[in-house]
Amino acid sequence: MSFVLTCPNCGVREVTDFAFGGEVTERPKSRPSTRELNTYNYFRRNVAGVQREWWYHRSGCRAWFLAERDTRTNDVHWTAMPEAAP
Amino acid sequence: MSRLDPQPGERVDRARVISFEFDGKPVEGFEGDTIGSALYASGQRTFSRSFKYHRRRGLLCCAGQCPNCLVAVDGAPGVRACTEPVREGMRVEHMNASPSLDFDLMAVTDRVGSRFTPPGFYYKTFIRPRRLWPLYEKVLRNAAGLGRLARAAREEREWRTEYRRRHCDVLVVGGGEAGLTAAIEAAESGADVVLVDEGLEPGGWLLVDGSVERARELAERARAAGVEILSNAPALGYFDGLVPVWQGSTLHQIRARRHIFATGSLEQPLVFENNDLPGVMLSTGARRLIALYGVKPGRKAVVANDNGVADVLRAAGVDVHVAEADVVKAKGRRTVTAAVLSNGETIDCDLLVVSGGFEPANSLVRQAGANAEAVGEVAASAQCPVPSAHREARGKAFVCYCEDVTAKDFKLSVAEGYDSAELSKRYTTTTMGPCQGRMCGAAASRLIAEETGQSLEGVGTTTARPPWSTVPLGALAGRPFEPAKRTPVHGRQREQGANMLWAGDWRRAYDYGDPQGEALSVHESAGLIDVSTLGKLIVRGPDAGEFLDRLYPNRFSNLGPGRVRYGVLTSDAGRITDDGTVCRLDDDTFYVTTTSSGAGAVEQWFAWWLADWRMDVTLTDVTQGLAAINLAGPRAREIMSRVCDIDVSASAFPYLDGQRGRVAGVPSLILRIGFVGELGYEIHFPSAYGEDVWNRILEAGADHAIRPFGLEPQRILRLQKMHILVGQDTDSESNPYGAAMPWIVKLDKEEDFIGKWALERAVQQPQETALVGFTLPNGDVPTEGAVVLNPDGGPMGQVTSARHSRQLGRTIGMAWVPAALAEDGAGIVISDEGRTLDAEVVTRPFFDPDGEVLRS
Ligand code: FES
Ligand SMILES: [Zn+2]
Repeated sequence: MSFVLTCPNCGVREVTDFAFGGEVTERPKSRPSTRELNTYNYFRRNVAGVQREWWYHRSGCRAWFLAERDTRTNDVHWTAMPEAAP
Repeated sequence: MSRLDPQPGERVDRARVISFEFDGKPVEGFEGDTIGSALYASGQRTFSRSFKYHRRRGLLCCAGQCPNCLVAVDGAPGVRACTEPVREGMRVEHMNASPSLDFDLMAVTDRVGSRFTPPGFYYKTFIRPRRLWPLYEKVLRNAAGLGRLARAAREEREWRTEYRRRHCDVLVVGGGEAGLTAAIEAAESGADVVLVDEGLEPGGWLLVDGSVERARELAERARAAGVEILSNAPALGYFDGLVPVWQGSTLHQIRARRHIFATGSLEQPLVFENNDLPGVMLSTGARRLIALYGVKPGRKAVVANDNGVADVLRAAGVDVHVAEADVVKAKGRRTVTAAVLSNGETIDCDLLVVSGGFEPANSLVRQAGANAEAVGEVAASAQCPVPSAHREARGKAFVCYCEDVTAKDFKLSVAEGYDSAELSKRYTTTTMGPCQGRMCGAAASRLIAEETGQSLEGVGTTTARPPWSTVPLGALAGRPFEPAKRTPVHGRQREQGANMLWAGDWRRAYDYGDPQGEALSVHESAGLIDVSTLGKLIVRGPDAGEFLDRLYPNRFSNLGPGRVRYGVLTSDAGRITDDGTVCRLDDDTFYVTTTSSGAGAVEQWFAWWLADWRMDVTLTDVTQGLAAINLAGPRAREIMSRVCDIDVSASAFPYLDGQRGRVAGVPSLILRIGFVGELGYEIHFPSAYGEDVWNRILEAGADHAIRPFGLEPQRILRLQKMHILVGQDTDSESNPYGAAMPWIVKLDKEEDFIGKWALERAVQQPQETALVGFTLPNGDVPTEGAVVLNPDGGPMGQVTSARHSRQLGRTIGMAWVPAALAEDGAGIVISDEGRTLDAEVVTRPFFDPDGEVLRS
């Protein structure tokens, strides 16, 4: 696996600069059922395709940001701070 | 000496003599020579011994493509003599021959060994009887491999590589005429271009065929157009668009938008009996010796498949015989003395120049996922069949030089059913040597086709994989990056006799030689410990209180300014992830400490939720900006009062207060917390004053026999108080209920918090095991990790901490035990490496259970 990501603060960097935060999941808004809670805690969709995900610029500015990436090709369509994300 | 008159465009500077050593003997060459050209000019013909049969091998390609001239230079093995420039005083040694290159005991395998080393011998010969495998393995390990890394080189680690990352528009691999032209065109149209070439200077074949002027002119133009040219820099592979390029002590990681592979072609050897004898040389190899180094490759040459090389040799004064028929055998013991042709002729010679046509060097293109097809001149030459001479061979006709695989081996492996390129590669190890199949991939495919009657396309080639060029592992590893964090008091602690140990990235004082005594003096008078490694975060903003309320199961928004509260962090699954104290500095500002090992993860965790929740809060990590030391013991207050400018009396500075003041003149945040169970002050202050504050406190406490103490006495002291150590007493399954801290969870908090829903469930579910203290009356100390047994004898929990306490006069510990046994006085049975120990459960702290000492 090798590709580049554009940190919204720092610019283009190798993927090894970053920590992967996984796909963006929705934390339940109110008290979930056991099933909903377990799904939230333990299940991931793991799509083969375009995915919205979290990245952390560990070896850089230490900001969390969002990215949209095609997990099949590692094409990164965009990256953005959460408040600016499409 | 076999130097010719100066050749036009030759690389050597005959005015400058370079002396070096080969196997202890002095050799002279010229500036610009390679080890190979200088040795060849001095008469050396054998350069190495082969991998399996220890046969003599000499110069073949003179371009770094074959395995024949691998030597060790100054202790570093695996250097290609034919491309490595000579340096004054370098020590060159042969590899894979013992005791010497000329007399190699293992050469006996050439005569008797082939019976024991048929293709696939890894799977056949050394398998039975099974119980002898350890012996076989030892022998094989000793015989396998080619070089030895000198012990000194390993220990001194004097050779290091750096990484360099380079992004560009166009990367051109290959600096021949085509590569240079492409680079110029791209750069002149405005692109940012990098060109990498494995040669010592760009130009490729132009340098050999008399067009040096043109090569230099092209390189000049390329540079003028802004092309970054990296010479002596082989590209190692293609990884999803990233091309690592090794250049001496730098590993360039080049990422380009577009790639141009102008990697040229590779001349292939011919397969006939003894085709590996020194003196058998590729036509391009002979031409390189002449053109680049002015070295005469031989006196009398036989040329098989003349491609124009005969004229070049003649011009260099070599007596040339162009063979009218296929060469079926090379004769000679140490070097070639004659060539035997298929028409029965035997022609004396000291050089046998061969050419099996050219194969495109397309590995990188294929690694990039392209289908490669040869066209033009190379395609035409590639039609040249492998002569069938090998059929009559009685001795060895080599297909793969690196791995010592003969044509006969191939026939055998095809007969055993390995009839495709991929299968025979794995079975015979052909193409798996240092040259990565450059010299044998084509011949192997043709041989299989011939044996099986398939078409070449049917046989296929093996998948192209990195590395395309061999590279020292050290170059891939790069500079070892092992951060060592030292606290601001590190040096002083060393001077005071601390035994340092690694704790994550940190170096910490384990003890000062007397852990029990150090612990006892904290209890009896006073001790000082460096806790600068604690994670320290400033959480500030109008939403700071609410932010912490959402992150911790307990509440912080109602904490008064100047007060301190302990907190445990949980995940949304309700598991304990870290713990520490939180001090509210003012309405908007909290000072959060974390465990030493958890500092990075907690900051990352906080930042993540902050990014998600987008609250009006800022996070600042001050872990390394601030030092922290903890002064504890019954005399702590008195010592504090001597160094501190604020009132530290029990009424003015009560337990769990956090106040600002100057300690030894340094502005500090002082937290009165029960870190080790005694009256104690944790002092946080700017790192730069670390040693100064440390020294001043020790001086101030000298008459109370204050002692510095380390991590180990700290563990004893904290264990006496049953303070859990996250990650030691808890694991990724532990929640606060099991860990006997139900009071830390405020399920009645109106806001939602991380872990709430899981903890709501956990509180209703009976826990199977519970974390409790235990004590042993006699001197036994169970191993951490020892098993706690169920009443029925099955395992049900484990010991997580155990220490002897001199202060308490017994063994104390923490353990996960069956929930039914989690009550004071219950007996538990610990099974520890064959011993069975009876212990007694204690649920409240061993020392000062009501916290009177703490609050005093
Ligand atoms: S000749 Fe090098 S791998 Fe076969
Ligand atoms: Zn960044």
